[in-house]
Amino acid sequence: MNNRLKTLALALVVSIVGQAQAEDTSAKLLDGINEYRDALADGNPSELVAAEGEELWKTARGPKNATLERCDLGLGPGVVKGASAQLPRYFKDTGKVQDLETRLMTCMETLQGIDPQEVVKAKWLKGEREKMAALVAYVVTQSNGHKIKVDMRPPAMKQMYEMGKMAFYYRAGPMDFSCATCHGDQGKRIRMQELPDLRTNAGAAAGWGSWPAYRVSNGQFWTMQHRLNDCFRQQRTAEPIYGSDVTIALSVYLAANGNGGKVVTPGIKR
Amino acid sequence: MATKPMRIRASVKDGVTEVKALIAHEMETGQRKDANGAVIPAWFITEITATHNGKVVLSGEFGTAVSKNPYLAFRFKGGAAGDKLAVSWKDNKGESRTDEVAIA
Repeated sequence: MNNRLKTLALALVVSIVGQAQAEDTSAKLLDGINEYRDALADGNPSELVAAEGEELWKTARGPKNATLERCDLGLGPGVVKGASAQLPRYFKDTGKVQDLETRLMTCMETLQGIDPQEVVKAKWLKGEREKMAALVAYVVTQSNGHKIKVDMRPPAMKQMYEMGKMAFYYRAGPMDFSCATCHGDQGKRIRMQELPDLRTNAGAAAGWGSWPAYRVSNGQFWTMQHRLNDCFRQQRTAEPIYGSDVTIALSVYLAANGNGGKVVTPGIKR
Repeated sequence: MATKPMRIRASVKDGVTEVKALIAHEMETGQRKDANGAVIPAWFITEITATHNGKVVLSGEFGTAVSKNPYLAFRFKGGAAGDKLAVSWKDNKGESRTDEVAIA
């Protein structure tokens, strides 16, 4: 072996060892982060939001001065346990595919007489939208431990799934990003945040199953609509109207991909 | 503004009581500005006390470094099922709140 080849071989060995070390460090860092996540999970402040939501659920409000206790989230009037694990769902009474938040808006309109526009037009974490977030926290807590189980048989659900898939791969904005840019590959991360591959069952289950969630760093509880809206903002493109079809379509795409996975809502994020 | 209830869990095992309290509070540092650029006034818990049947088992001072909706977990020797465990706080606006649970 001549000298040049020797150097090359040595360089190769060094680079392999170097890479292995880097992976080791990154795995250690992730272990540390996961330890922190476990510690956080013990005192999930979503519980406080959910407690507010439970009270709100049972409080008579709106022009009709009614509670939401007769609200049908898909499992019959008043059934909350496990309901959000099966959403989005095609509802015969409205003739639409609805996610939890749009369904709650329907209940607020029909039972309490509250105009859905009050939620749609409100700002995040303010007014009726803040109340919506509390209700969401309450409802999703009741599905913790259940399995994601969205019924994909209705044609409207299949149509929504296809639209959601299109939206997932649709590139837009000054960066030419799509959802798939960050969430369409295995083992990607941004800084120390692992990105689930939302095309796969495991990835979608991890993502969909852990939102809505409380984020410790900003002390806010975010609903799925809020989460999705922020994806568009991060994409630096037009933010969708609250509860609009594209948000539902993406929800159906994610939920259906995650079907069978475990629901750990309300999640806690660092 | 009315204060929000805390979530407290207390359980005794082998003579040691473990208390887990989740406290609803804004814990505003006074360092942040709102959308209009105006400083959001500081609003945070200054004192925290836990009592077991009226006897203080933990007291502490909180400041702005403590997160919003703080979570406090601690253990103390003693306590029996059914005993009263209370956690109270005071904040810099002079507001206070006490919540009580029975030890499980």
